[in-house]
Amino acid sequence: MALISDGRFVEDAWRRLADEEALPKAGKVIVSFPRLEHALEVLGPMSSLGVIVPNTTEPSALVEALPRLGLVSISFPGFADGRGFSLARLLRRAGFKGELRASGRLVADQYSHVVGSGFDTIEIPDDLAERQDEEQWRAALNAYSMSYQRGYTGRGSILEARRRAARS
Amino acid sequence: MTALDLRVAQRPNSPMTTYRYDAYDAAFVRERVAEFREQVRRRLSGALTEEEFRPFRLMNGLYLQLHAYMLRVAIPYGTLTARQMRRLADIADKWDKGYGHFTTRQNLQYNWPKLVDTPDILEALADVEMHAIQTSGNCIRNVTADHFAGVAPDEIEDPRPTAEFLRQWSSLHPEFSFLPRKFKIAVTGAEHDRAAIMVHDIGLRIVSNAVGAIGYQVVVGGGLGRSPFIGKVVGEFVPRADLLAFLEAIMRVYNRFGRRDNKYKARIKILVHETGIDEIRAAVEAEFASMDRSIFCHDPEEFERIAGFFAPPPYESLARDSQMLHAAKLETPAFANFVDVNVSAHKTPGYAIVTVSLKPIGGVPGDATSDQMRVLADASERFGFGELRVSHEQNIILPHVKQDDLFALWRMLDAAGLATANAGLVSDIIACPGMDYCSLATARSIPIAQAISKRFSDMSRQRRIGKLGIKISGCINACGHHHVGAIGILGLEKKGQESYQITLGGDPTFSASIGEILGPGVTVEQAPDVIEHLVDFYLAEREEGEAFIDTWRRLGHARFKDVLRREGEDGADI
Repeated sequence: MALISDGRFVEDAWRRLADEEALPKAGKVIVSFPRLEHALEVLGPMSSLGVIVPNTTEPSALVEALPRLGLVSISFPGFADGRGFSLARLLRRAGFKGELRASGRLVADQYSHVVGSGFDTIEIPDDLAERQDEEQWRAALNAYSMSYQRGYTGRGSILEARRRAARS
Repeated sequence: MTALDLRVAQRPNSPMTTYRYDAYDAAFVRERVAEFREQVRRRLSGALTEEEFRPFRLMNGLYLQLHAYMLRVAIPYGTLTARQMRRLADIADKWDKGYGHFTTRQNLQYNWPKLVDTPDILEALADVEMHAIQTSGNCIRNVTADHFAGVAPDEIEDPRPTAEFLRQWSSLHPEFSFLPRKFKIAVTGAEHDRAAIMVHDIGLRIVSNAVGAIGYQVVVGGGLGRSPFIGKVVGEFVPRADLLAFLEAIMRVYNRFGRRDNKYKARIKILVHETGIDEIRAAVEAEFASMDRSIFCHDPEEFERIAGFFAPPPYESLARDSQMLHAAKLETPAFANFVDVNVSAHKTPGYAIVTVSLKPIGGVPGDATSDQMRVLADASERFGFGELRVSHEQNIILPHVKQDDLFALWRMLDAAGLATANAGLVSDIIACPGMDYCSLATARSIPIAQAISKRFSDMSRQRRIGKLGIKISGCINACGHHHVGAIGILGLEKKGQESYQITLGGDPTFSASIGEILGPGVTVEQAPDVIEHLVDFYLAEREEGEAFIDTWRRLGHARFKDVLRREGEDGADI
């Protein structure tokens, strides 16, 4: 897997824990959603715990755990399945401040959608990373200087810029 | 300075009545072209697979059709300037075969562009403030509106500022660009629905409430395709300040819960139908209530900025009725027919709305040659403040013509083969491209339209029949809107043969209804006969002033069915 952050391929500080693997005492680990409750109990509040969830997860099922999580990874079953974008937005709205990660076969051309919806990082399979290198991801991140929406992260809002211009 | 003053100061010769890009809009469209150029390059280099490239080329209007690529250019709310129309003509000459096809969603399609040329075509469009963004794909499509916007006497408010407001909001939306399926929004601000809002994913009807405030009745879950549905009211009165928030709430509910397991059940109409409108309304209202609506607090200002562009042109102060027009009608009967059929009342005294039919007898519905496009551009500049509209009936509208100028305009149109006096009549047929172009089609649409049009080539007979909408689709995806035609024709394939199913009683307006199937399918040869017999039956049975659909509603489906049955007894194999 390759991890993309701010338009660069970076080392992943997190480790995805297989379900049969024991919970470690230290280090940043990502567990599957069914294992989350147990992991929170065992590791206690100070640990660096992350979870990977399906894109169909009800935000209410995660809300209680959110303040204790360092990372939430939302899986994209296919790059054209946009449910993850709405889930990301809802988790941010619920106050999640940690790393929000999109995981799946997302393509570079979706980078601004990913960032706009509130994600920080993208995790893609290696074969995809080979075809779509760092340069393509960076280009995609910088493809647009501004966007028409308000309240979405990433690029500046055209509407805000117009307002400022009208006032000056 | 208002937006209008600014624009007049900056571009003294520009038309006065439609949105113009500012530096941000222009930069955005240029960036989209650059991005697409890269995407084409990466597709050709193999960095993008065809499967990955597909949604991105679709979101830029590029389809892979039966014989070639097809590029669908957005004409937001169907409004064009003369300069833009000329550019469409130039593109048709340079990169296509010298013509274009105006669609039922007020767009223009080129049927023969090459993939490698498309970035240059988009660049040429960007020069005149046009694009092909979101004319396809599973995203919010080009927003359509009443083609008589701003000039109709029955209007509460021009729907185009709303449509432009939504065009911008929906452009490359971070959250709503990978929806379960395509999403179409239409807006009307009039008492008569000319935008078919009841059969859109979202239909917006501008209304004013008891205290005179403007807001929107929001209709959701209408649609045609293989399972037609009439939309249902999800918001009875949404104040303008809440419009985007309310739409985001609907989109979020749809994006999360719309079906993705079956593309034929993925439209919001199925979600509304399977879940029930009350539950959907509750979900939308709950989402709306939990949103941070402070981000929308400046929407009214932005709306006003946009609305400033849609001011009326500098009309002259004229008498209500033109003596010149009256005299010319008496002198030239062909002109009189054109005026009676193709000219509609305008809200400003002394002016008229002209429908230029793209349905010549025996022609391809909605097609225009580059020369015709240039004539239309010239005509709009000479007689109509340089503005044109595309109607969802696939015709061109000149919205501001002085009644005194109608005769001169008619002569100009007539010389270019553009004066067919059949707007709204039986030969003003809506048809999708069908199997002649489309890879989804199961039957041809164009030849059927041509055959019916020829059958009714006697124009005096057409006028006697009066307004009658025939709509033809070449497959169950229903791009020709056959479900809402007073007479609908659906082309199917049965055992390797084209078979045409006829429906009666469709209605695309506020009184919307889906047509009912008349009986077994007919062959391509039989279709004109059957249509003719149905029309003759209507003529024999109709009461004074009664439209086809009203006669059908009064007599009932069975009586019309008898016509088809008699047809069978005459020896035809139906």
